[in-house]
Amino acid sequence: MDLADQIAQYMVSGLSTGAIYALIGIGFAIIYNSTEIINFAQGELVMLGGMFTLFFLETMKLPLPLSILLAVLATIASGVLFERLTIRPLKAPTPLSLIIITIGGSILIRGIAMLVWGKDTHALPAFSGSEPIAVGSATILPQHLWIFALTGIAIVSNKLFFQYTITGKAMRACAVNRRAAGLVGIDVRRMVLFSFAISGGLGSLAGIIVAPLTMTSYDVGIMLGLKGFCAAIIGGLSGGIGTVLGGLLLGTLESLGAGLISSGYKDAIAFVILLLILFIRPQGLFGRAQTERV
Amino acid sequence: MAVNREIIKFLAMVVVILVAPLLVHEGYLINVMVFIGIHTMLALALNLLLGYAGQISLGQAGFFGLGAYISGILTATHGINPWAAMAAAALFVTFLAFIVGFPILKLKGHYLAMATLGLGIIIYIVFNEAVEQTGGPSGLSGIPNLQVAGIVFDTDLKNYYLIWAFTLAAMGLALNLVHSRIGRALRAIHDSEVAARVMGVNARLLKVQIFALSAGLSAIAGSLYAHTMTFIAPASFGFNFSVELVTMVIIGGLASIYGSLLGAALLTLLPEMLRAFQDYDIIVYGLLLIVMTMFMPGGLVKGVPSALSRIRGKLQGRPVPHA
Repeated sequence: MDLADQIAQYMVSGLSTGAIYALIGIGFAIIYNSTEIINFAQGELVMLGGMFTLFFLETMKLPLPLSILLAVLATIASGVLFERLTIRPLKAPTPLSLIIITIGGSILIRGIAMLVWGKDTHALPAFSGSEPIAVGSATILPQHLWIFALTGIAIVSNKLFFQYTITGKAMRACAVNRRAAGLVGIDVRRMVLFSFAISGGLGSLAGIIVAPLTMTSYDVGIMLGLKGFCAAIIGGLSGGIGTVLGGLLLGTLESLGAGLISSGYKDAIAFVILLLILFIRPQGLFGRAQTERV
Repeated sequence: MAVNREIIKFLAMVVVILVAPLLVHEGYLINVMVFIGIHTMLALALNLLLGYAGQISLGQAGFFGLGAYISGILTATHGINPWAAMAAAALFVTFLAFIVGFPILKLKGHYLAMATLGLGIIIYIVFNEAVEQTGGPSGLSGIPNLQVAGIVFDTDLKNYYLIWAFTLAAMGLALNLVHSRIGRALRAIHDSEVAARVMGVNARLLKVQIFALSAGLSAIAGSLYAHTMTFIAPASFGFNFSVELVTMVIIGGLASIYGSLLGAALLTLLPEMLRAFQDYDIIVYGLLLIVMTMFMPGGLVKGVPSALSRIRGKLQGRPVPHA
């Protein structure tokens, strides 16, 4: 393979991991926009998606599509439960207490997953075989196509939900101004709960579709979560196209960096990008600067 | 009067710490107490930043590790005197934190948490990948012990006194600092950075300075750790350890020097007591973080007395005083 072919190949895998990061990043953004919380437990929901699928598939012996559906629902329930038990009862939430509570939640979920499913790495079967398909000079796996398709569907339906449904509009109102939203009769606490449900759903979907490619274990949530956050930061914490582009950019840069420079430092690339963006353009590559109100 | 009481409190603690190993005859317990000393120093360093200035850092394990690795590499690979290596580690890490502190501490809240976390993870990845210097995941061994005037610090008991000398010095320094003008300025930043700046506090510089001090103290703790253990590996300096340090500070009590000691002692003893749980202790950490933040945000140092006084008030039928 010459260099151009290699680069094409890295692009394919980079874009597919980038799509995963985008899904996770949108989950971050949805919660942030309705609550101003960065949910450090987001990555654990991604992990739960993969692990629940495995549980329904292998332990309960259910067919794959049903297992996936149940796994998404179970993860949504976990996200909602987490919000109800830890975040809602807080009387005077401060950014610091929210950071610490969500970190505590992420450790707790990870610990429980380790207790239930052990420390082993598990593979999920590919959704439709693993016969590579040649596209030009690069090859692409059927699972990559699943990732692109499902991510696309998830992002578009997410967009439609926020644009056209009354609940979606109410959630956007909460994002703009929680108090004003409350004054016009929107149940803000319910919208917060919805935001945890939606981001739990998106996160678990990400965890499920990536599991056949990268395997899954109790601790995959840390890195996936952090990189999803990275994507959201690049996108200026928007729940839309900014974060999608951020994810794709991050995935591609990471894949190219790992392939052409050093695979050992692959994970460091994402964090260097994260730091650079936070230092130079904290509002994200695609976001507008905000002025701080005192 | 208040100053005198502070001094008496501190001296009482010093006496307890000096006498403690004489009452304990089990070598294993003294070893645990050595770790309590190192952890106290690290929790203290983080508490200055988190409790007093109100700035979170999720990358403290990185600074701790840098201190350990710089000391380890300089002595084990290059044969430099351990004390000189420790000084070099402390200076370098302080300087590094001072430089990266300016862009990092411009960030607030979640952004600051993520940036420090990212920094910590980058450092951790370097420990694993720079195999030629650090030995990679399998670690670096053959680090010499520290020595003073012919005394080599090679037993748990000797190391106990060595490490606690440093930890007590750090605690004394911190107590002085938080009761000074700087301490008041830090608390002002915590309450409202804008108000503090209006009152003439150079908030930006002060935050960076306290970040650098916190990193430097962590590096000294790292260096002490390396020379005590004589072997270091990246696994000790990962994200989990950063979280563990935050847990110590929260449980002991934010903005409390003695709270750092209490938190460090509890979280060091806890895994020893939970031996049966092996690595499931992280479930306990997670629960502790959530429960403490929800129900006792001031930590044990403030939460326990206020809970006691509330109970006493109820027993005597008096109106409940608000914490």
